[in-house]
Amino acid sequence: MKGRKINPKSFEIGQLKIILFILPLVIFMGLPIVFIINHAFKPMEELFAFPPTFFVKNATFENFTKLMKFSSNSGIPLSRYLFNSLVVTVITMGLALLLTTMSAFALAKIKFKGRELLTQINQVAIMFVSTAVLIPRYLVVCKLGLIDNVFAHILPLVAMPVALFLVKQFVEQVPDSLLEAAYMDGATDLDIYIKVIMPMIRPAVATAAILVFQQVWTNMETSSYFFSDDSMKTLTFYMNTLVNANNTVAGQGMAAAASLIMFLPNLVLFIILQNKVMNTMANSGIK
Amino acid sequence: METQEKTVCGTKTKAKRRMNKISRRENNWRGWLFIGPYALIFTIFILVPVILAVILSFTNFNAIEFPSFVGFLNYITILTNDAEFMKYVLPNTIIYAVVVGIGGYVLSFILAWALCNLTKPVRTIFALILYSPSMTTGVAMTVLWKVIFSGDQFGLLNSWLMELKVITEPVLWLTDARYLLVIVIVIGLWSSMGIGFLSMIAGILNTDATLYEAASIDGITNRFQEMVYITIPQMKPQMLFAAVMAIVGAFQNGMISSMLVGNPSPGYASQLLVNHIEDYGFLRYEMGYAAAISVVLLLIVQLFSKGANTLLTEKNPYGLAKAPKSAKRSVERGDDK
Repeated sequence: MKGRKINPKSFEIGQLKIILFILPLVIFMGLPIVFIINHAFKPMEELFAFPPTFFVKNATFENFTKLMKFSSNSGIPLSRYLFNSLVVTVITMGLALLLTTMSAFALAKIKFKGRELLTQINQVAIMFVSTAVLIPRYLVVCKLGLIDNVFAHILPLVAMPVALFLVKQFVEQVPDSLLEAAYMDGATDLDIYIKVIMPMIRPAVATAAILVFQQVWTNMETSSYFFSDDSMKTLTFYMNTLVNANNTVAGQGMAAAASLIMFLPNLVLFIILQNKVMNTMANSGIK
Repeated sequence: METQEKTVCGTKTKAKRRMNKISRRENNWRGWLFIGPYALIFTIFILVPVILAVILSFTNFNAIEFPSFVGFLNYITILTNDAEFMKYVLPNTIIYAVVVGIGGYVLSFILAWALCNLTKPVRTIFALILYSPSMTTGVAMTVLWKVIFSGDQFGLLNSWLMELKVITEPVLWLTDARYLLVIVIVIGLWSSMGIGFLSMIAGILNTDATLYEAASIDGITNRFQEMVYITIPQMKPQMLFAAVMAIVGAFQNGMISSMLVGNPSPGYASQLLVNHIEDYGFLRYEMGYAAAISVVLLLIVQLFSKGANTLLTEKNPYGLAKAPKSAKRSVERGDDK
């Protein structure tokens, strides 16, 4: 089929030109990732080898065991931070996905007063820069008495306008006739939300899950500004202080291990869900 | 017979109309029931903070005493009396936003378009590699780039450049004000293939196949013409979404500088607006002033997004209301692959 070159089904010689054209960039973008993975498994003499090496030769788990030992000596064990992070991540994701899909259903399929306005507000809020309002946010958290409360990790990250926008775009694609048929059969809104909408928008939910996960897992602001109790802080915060405070020789190895631990969950989750993400993105356009 | 049927029909439509009226009234609380919880949290943690920031920006507030009203003083100070802002922060932010925002946007379109001309397995792997830097935030980013740009001969870049005989002795990349902004921009570009990039790939893949055939009959011969005349006009909604994401990313990303070299950066060389807010808010405790800078930042982002909006929707405001076909199909199938 001449002319149709987007999304080819088979390999042609013409594609080689494109591959050669973008390969340098792909390598430039990919090398640091390869480096993170290699660096974490380097034994001490390779971390400080001269000239410095890029790839690991004798891979070892030394850095990871050192990291475990170090934290168990420092009062609050690593497992405590990991526990905090897991609890916070799971609750935030659950809550965020529930509220986001519910509102997406309302915005896309229920005609109520204020719907247009809310859609507009959310569209504007996509451009919201959360670091810009850190101070007022801190004041709000203070006023609500949430300082040192686990909800200070969770609630500020639950409402994510981009996620709502993407899910809403996807819910809009569910045919109205299907919903009408269900209503005729006596289904309530809740039935429709659970039995019709949710099964159909799984790709969008997966995408929202990735976005929320990335935001929660790497978030340091809540730990550093809303918590004074160290035992309530998250793994990300701990890893960060460890990396910044330890410029010692042993610290380098631990930092390398920490960087891999923080990066890997993001990558794995994305690899698992990437098909669904691409499916959602087809509807991501702003009209 | 005829009259009977008419009345039946009449009552039917009447009943339907009445039902509609009721359901319209009912709809209000049904809708709010579903959106209420989200709206509440949105209000508390996004809307109220933004409003508070606007209010605080007109005050002098040191986090201990009650804020005192000072009118437009903070804004006047930004424009006339903040040497760092005018000399470093504003130019840095503009340079960063132009290179990483616009450059990253163009780059992600070119890459997305190139990937869409490849077969699926190759495309998936390349897309994964290109997207993964945007997931590398916080700790991973700090460790990675600190090792690469380390100022002694153990730094990867120094070692490589010395081996290639470009430099004879190690360069202090992260303390030399000459290189800092460039480094931060390179890292910014590196991590800019995020969600907007994925959106563009999806947009290109969903363009209408028949149009390409028609175009080839009409005499469009090369890929470049195809891109300009067929692909871009069809994927404007995705282009706009990606543009908004690029703009937000370009102004939001102060992390890189503060993670690499701390805040304030040496000689304010890589100080961006976000860093400036943090500097005043959390290091100097001049929160009223910091709030004023925040408001300026939020306004700039809004302004640029508006600009992108008019640029990308002006020519074809209604033609794009149609959803991409394949996506619709997959929803109808309940397909989640």
